[in-house]
Amino acid sequence: MSRANFLRMIVVLLLLALVLQPEWFAPIFAPFTPPGAAVIYDRTSLLSLSLSHLGIVALASVAAIVVAVLLAILVTRPQGKAFLPLSRTIANMGQTFPPVAVLALAVPMLGFGAGPTLVALFLYGILPIFENTMTGLSTLPPATMEAARGIGLSRWQRLLQVELPLALPLILTGVRLSVVIAIGTATIGSTVAAHTLGEVIIAGLLTNNTSYVLQGGLIVGLFAVLIYDALTQLEASIRKRLGVA
Amino acid sequence: MIEIDNITKVYDGRPAVDSVSMTIESATITAIVGTSGSGKSTLLRMVNRLVEPTSGQVRINGEPTAGLPKNALRRRIGYAIQGHGLFPHHTVARNIGAVPRLLGWDNDKIHTRVNELLDLFSMPPDEFRDRYPAELSGGQQQRVGVARALASRPDLLLMDEPFGALDPIIRTRAQTDLHRIQRTLGSTILLVTHDMEEAIQLGDQVAVMDQGQLVQHGTPAEIITNPATEFVAEMVGGVDRPLRLLSLLSVSQILEEGAAEGEPIDEKSSLREALSVCLWSGRNAVPVERNGNPIGRVTLEAIRSRAEGTHEPG
Ligand SMILES: Nc1ncnc2c1ncn2[C@@H]1O[C@H](COP(=O)(O)OP(=O)(O)OP(=O)(O)O)[C@@H](O)[C@H]1O
Ligand SMILES: [Mg+2]
Repeated sequence: MSRANFLRMIVVLLLLALVLQPEWFAPIFAPFTPPGAAVIYDRTSLLSLSLSHLGIVALASVAAIVVAVLLAILVTRPQGKAFLPLSRTIANMGQTFPPVAVLALAVPMLGFGAGPTLVALFLYGILPIFENTMTGLSTLPPATMEAARGIGLSRWQRLLQVELPLALPLILTGVRLSVVIAIGTATIGSTVAAHTLGEVIIAGLLTNNTSYVLQGGLIVGLFAVLIYDALTQLEASIRKRLGVA
Repeated sequence: MIEIDNITKVYDGRPAVDSVSMTIESATITAIVGTSGSGKSTLLRMVNRLVEPTSGQVRINGEPTAGLPKNALRRRIGYAIQGHGLFPHHTVARNIGAVPRLLGWDNDKIHTRVNELLDLFSMPPDEFRDRYPAELSGGQQQRVGVARALASRPDLLLMDEPFGALDPIIRTRAQTDLHRIQRTLGSTILLVTHDMEEAIQLGDQVAVMDQGQLVQHGTPAEIITNPATEFVAEMVGGVDRPLRLLSLLSVSQILEEGAAEGEPIDEKSSLREALSVCLWSGRNAVPVERNGNPIGRVTLEAIRSRAEGTHEPG
């Protein structure tokens, strides 16, 4: 086993233990707990919080991927060039809007729960994917595109068989950035009663219980690291296949 | 037969190709040569309608291309370009089979055809079929690019500086390969190059372009001995002209009776090679052989007389 894989395995095991057997870590977290308070968060199962957290992230990311990629395809077609500045502005706005503000605005419409969080993560996720997909689709090797046209591939065939596969590594870079941002941002969702790992952190902040904050933070952080790593590896293997290392 | 009829392409008010007409006979190679920006690629790309002409017409076997669906037209015409343009995410086999697949050939037929082409280009199928373009040398990539253009056995092949990126040795070999393959398959080839040497070596006909216009269209020998304009004369190159002329003639054309000393050369060698042998070995005559049997000699004197500008080549 390579050094990197060994490290990966350790991190996975650590994360599993933190989620499934948190009481194992009581001695480590004890010094951070105020007298009389519980060391380990036990109001909800950490497993259920983790699954719900990841579920919200996954749902919002899938929606962001679909919308961002479609938008990028649209504005890189000759007929869609006119929409480029507009869609850039919209995507940028999604990014500059503070997530808390998105939550505050979305609650009156969608009520408390996962809804506002999904909207915030979705808006947040679009920009990196859109920008990367657009770059990917507009920096394809000119000779390959010329040949694709020259041998008689139709527009659709070019898009599906050549352009998207070649832009894939860059699209994945965008997805990776966006997913990692979403994993972190989803914690804020707990302020509007979304079922995420943010609950643990917020409970810690409200009761001055640093060990909760550490527990929640650590789990979120490890998820982010592992998912980032997995997507990086996927991307590298695709790049290698494309010979663009 | 390809007829290019008074074709013009105007970009931003300036003609990139200016009223060009020419007829390309079937089963010949026509080399379009000219300086950078003279409109060679634009002319070529109007044949498969990657560029739509501003005015004029292209006819393939009498049929105007303007009336045909673009993609169907392109699938009928082989297209190879500088920098090969292979699909980096597809294997060699899939790259070569691209057009047959578009045309709906069945898999067995595509498989056989791909192997056939790889063999033709001296790339053992077992070794190369499943490689990706990034795993090939530049020369191999270029050959796969040409193989892809040939895959569906198109009657017409358009090539835009297909050997531009190759080093001189590989380039010469690629040219020889192309020539051999064209002769075997009887394809019609329209090839763009900015290298007069390549045009003369490969072309049955050479078309010289200057600032969007076709300034001369003729056999390599005509172009060399009778350049139509200053520009063509410059392209042909004053100093090298005799040598270029000699490279078009074979030893068998000035064969004499008699014997000579030293290493023989084959009757198919060019006069340029014969001259080179004479000079290098300090001889005034060289024995000539056919299939390894002596059949006569070629003299320095005869070569010299052939290289004189006034002499029409035989
Ligand atoms: N899409 C285009 N838009 C505007 N001008 C163009 C376009 N394509 C070509 N041109 C112009 O047309 C002229 C001829 O270009 P073309 O590509 O045919 O030249 P070329 O002979 O192939 O040159 P090279 O040897 O450099 O490839 C050039 O002046 C070029 O700038
Ligand atoms: Mg060109």
